[in-house]
Amino acid sequence: MPHKTFFAFILPSLIAMALFIALPIVSVVVQSFHVEHGRILVEVESCQPFGGCTKETRVDTAAMAELKAEQPMGQFNGFGTYLNRGHLAVNEIGAILANNTGFGDIVTRIYNLPFYKALSFTLVFCFVVTPLAMALGFAIALAVNTLPKVTKGPVIFFSLLPMIITPLIGSLILYWMIQPNGIIGATLRHVFNDPTLSLRQSPALTWFSLLFYGVWTNAPFSFVVFYAGLQTVPADTLESAMIDGASRWERIRYIVIPHLAPLATFVALVQLMDNFRVFEPIVGFSAEANATSLSWMIFNDLAGDAQLFGSAGATSVLTIIGVVILLTPVLIRTWREFNHKVV
Amino acid sequence: MSQATLSHKRPLGLTILITAFIVVWVILAAFPFFWTVWGSFKVEPDFFSRESWWNAIFGVYTQRQNDGSAFTGSGYYGAWVTREFWRAVGNTAIVTVSVTVISLTLGTLGGYALARSGQRYAFWILILALVFRAMPHITLVSGYLLPFFQLNIWGVLPTSIIVLVAINQPFTLWMLHSFFLSIPKDLDESAMVDGCSRFEAFRRVIIPVMWPGVVTTGLFSFLLAYNDFAVTSMLLSADNQTMVPKISSFLGSVQEQGNVMFAVAAVVSATVPLFILVLFFQRQIVSGLTAGAVKG
Repeated sequence: MPHKTFFAFILPSLIAMALFIALPIVSVVVQSFHVEHGRILVEVESCQPFGGCTKETRVDTAAMAELKAEQPMGQFNGFGTYLNRGHLAVNEIGAILANNTGFGDIVTRIYNLPFYKALSFTLVFCFVVTPLAMALGFAIALAVNTLPKVTKGPVIFFSLLPMIITPLIGSLILYWMIQPNGIIGATLRHVFNDPTLSLRQSPALTWFSLLFYGVWTNAPFSFVVFYAGLQTVPADTLESAMIDGASRWERIRYIVIPHLAPLATFVALVQLMDNFRVFEPIVGFSAEANATSLSWMIFNDLAGDAQLFGSAGATSVLTIIGVVILLTPVLIRTWREFNHKVV
Repeated sequence: MSQATLSHKRPLGLTILITAFIVVWVILAAFPFFWTVWGSFKVEPDFFSRESWWNAIFGVYTQRQNDGSAFTGSGYYGAWVTREFWRAVGNTAIVTVSVTVISLTLGTLGGYALARSGQRYAFWILILALVFRAMPHITLVSGYLLPFFQLNIWGVLPTSIIVLVAINQPFTLWMLHSFFLSIPKDLDESAMVDGCSRFEAFRRVIIPVMWPGVVTTGLFSFLLAYNDFAVTSMLLSADNQTMVPKISSFLGSVQEQGNVMFAVAAVVSATVPLFILVLFFQRQIVSGLTAGAVKG
């Protein structure tokens, strides 16, 4: 295809991506180097006929508005926002490392810094939910594959629901059920005979319920992909393995799993990308006291009355760096494969 | 796979185990939805019962408050009429339909070009799209806000629509690219030999055969726009909110006023279209999920 025709076809799509994906990334980087203007204070002397004069310091709103109109980004701050307590917290970490009572103490104190708290939950969510959801999805695929044809359709229908549901709505539905006065919460109280049990109160239980939600909503995707993969497992290989006396488990271990391995890489990649942006369940479960994520931090900075663009920008840049690190192995592999193909 | 021969030899214990596992999974996957739909027709002391969740099944308080009837539509009335949820439903309809139509139009053109180019830069565009696909949406949103305030285009539906279209492009391009690869090159090339220009060949030969792929991709574009929370909650003013951000803004206020059932009813209302979608397009959704996987 001639270059000109190619670009005529793809230009609208490229423009959309350049304007609303590439440019915002630049804008985020620029924002992250700026910080909100300090407040301009004026001293006002108010005199009353008999009370004498009093001096007051006030925020000069007119001057503030003018300054904001001139420099909407705020003032230049360099890497200041990145290094402050809300983000990488370099000074605080230095202090913790210099003065602590042991390894456990270091970990707890670093965990209490907002950025590291969010980062640890995001990473745990990514790397716990992804493998568990894939394992569950694989098990469901194996089981559904043995079902008679009549029941397959309805089972697939119900299995798709947790994946297709809007994340915020899905997490609200589960959240209402696990509340102390919801069905699961009440049942758990009954089972453990503990009338004060609440999944919201302890950080560990909050994390557990968020991870449970993650597996619930991620498993169907692995299931569908693996189920489609199972249909392509070569029948004669399986049969010859049976003739050689391979047990059911051995057939799965040595034929099915190697056959599905490329699919598993794909599923893992997609789910890691999606789980890294975990955000809606934290809003839905109102879990921000015990668990936060990088995306939630950005949302929180932007949603408040005083929108902290600088702070949100810095967290965004750090998140993007995280995404790139996560993607690097895939990019390198694709690059090698492509070169291989060309040569 | 020779399922028939295998299943004859399956021991009874294994069959029971498999059946039990499937039953547990289906309950796990579907029960929360049925429970919430059922509960949305009850009053709050029943659905969020402090005494026993049997109340939610029999509707003890609902009967007391409704002259003996165990079902009430008051949650729905409150959400749709009192809190004007219908407005959000209308906005969602506008946003999802526009996003789907626009992203498919741009995506088919771009995906077709990528599938037929074979140049090095086509590969790079695809890789770039993959990186863009991985960007968390909220990081992009934090880049939009200031410029949109400055340009005075914040808060209106068209801005959100175009943003969602752009965010959707990487995925649409990938999916349609692999779909067009499966349409034989000879088809449009023979049309060009017959004297069509590239665009005419696309219009006369490719468009008539591309609908299965477009429908599948369209489903996922629809879902992205429908399920979005990060973009619509930050970029729309309160009057223009779509369903999902509307529900999230419900939560704070209705909990204080003791109207949680409004939120429950709104949640169920927003779930129904998704149910219908899966019911009618199950096959396309499954094939769409696997198409990307099998080729990638």
